[in-house]
Amino acid sequence: MNKSQLIESLANAEDLPLKKAEDIVNTVFSDMEKAIVRGERVEIRGLGSFKVKNYEGYKGRNPKTGEIIEVSPKRLPFFKVGKELKERADVY
Amino acid sequence: MALTKEKIINNIYDQVGLSKNQSRIVIERLLEIIKECLESGEDLLISGFGKFIVKEKSARRGRNPQTTEDLQLRARKVVVFKTSGVLRNKLNKTSKG
Repeated sequence: MNKSQLIESLANAEDLPLKKAEDIVNTVFSDMEKAIVRGERVEIRGLGSFKVKNYEGYKGRNPKTGEIIEVSPKRLPFFKVGKELKERADVY
Repeated sequence: MALTKEKIINNIYDQVGLSKNQSRIVIERLLEIIKECLESGEDLLISGFGKFIVKEKSARRGRNPQTTEDLQLRARKVVVFKTSGVLRNKLNKTSKG
């Protein structure tokens, strides 16, 4: 599923105009993005949480050429899945 | 300080022109749709933000570190998140500057 399908699905489920559903979905993800960029935690019960992790630089290797490269330190969001989603996703 | 569901509901109320109660219902619904999608094993791609991926992990032998007892861990499905390149760059611009 992509974002436009998510928007459509929300519009249908709640009987909302497509434009309104689009504003809602965009607001939610831009809120999350802003928090992450500020280095703030995001905590959505049942879904999961994001926190920004700092990774140190290291010497890496280009697997194709064998060339040694310097990987600079970076920040990446880490998503920890929430209890409810974790249990619901783990079905066969 | 952390962004919570409550704060997102407040922002929807402020910015989208829904009542507080409607905002809550709509956010709960949105989260439910997201969970249903992942529960069905389908990935969720939010362009510019990232991708929630359902990964199948095969069964493996593990060990209880406390009792050192060997045990068999069953095959599982887990949700992982891959950050979009766009967000990744935004996150690393500030620290370089």
